[in-house]
Amino acid sequence: MTGDPGLQPERTRLAWRRTLLAFTAVAVLLVRLALTGDLAGALLAGVAVVGWLGTLALTWRRATGAGPRRAQRWSFPLTALAAAGFAVLGVLLVVRGLR
Amino acid sequence: MWEAIRRWFDPREMRSVGSRPDYRFSLANERTFLAWLRTGLALIAGGLAAAQFLPPLPVAHLREVIAIALLLLGAAVAVRAVDHWARTERAIRLGEELPASRFPAVLALAVAVGALLLVIAVLARALG
Repeated sequence: MTGDPGLQPERTRLAWRRTLLAFTAVAVLLVRLALTGDLAGALLAGVAVVGWLGTLALTWRRATGAGPRRAQRWSFPLTALAAAGFAVLGVLLVVRGLR
Repeated sequence: MWEAIRRWFDPREMRSVGSRPDYRFSLANERTFLAWLRTGLALIAGGLAAAQFLPPLPVAHLREVIAIALLLLGAAVAVRAVDHWARTERAIRLGEELPASRFPAVLALAVAVGALLLVIAVLARALG
């Protein structure tokens, strides 16, 4: 790995950090939509917070380069499924708001 | 289809097929995956913002329909992103052609049509 004028590993770590920022924005919007002043709303907001902690754990490993490579591979499908899960939670909250 | 999903999760198979590429190609593929994932997250954030910041629209439940359409589109972009990443990684290792896809064109058309409809709606409201 001599001479990497493109600083590829660093750019990739920064891309993971940007992705974590995007996850954070989505989680904040989910919590705001979930909180309706009742217990069910608080529980759904809790689900969003736990999901965000999951994405934090997933992206942090690759954003910092820590942890075993083998475990890091799972970061790809799991982060994509986390995004899809956030979307499904959003659909649930929108439908819940109709009633 | 299940075969494709199993491949997303199986790093051993991914590393045994073909030969190890220049790490920079893998990292570029990884960043492309992340850029698509952020595109999906932006659509999801747009749907969540539409649900809570748009005023109620003259057509019943139109706001909720817009929000759910954006959320489902964002989920599809995210799932497709990881599938494309896995198939690209495989193609790079095997030295094959990169997987071709109509998805970016379809997504671009869908976003353009949605934006045009909103322009028409805004104009109709301003003039009518």
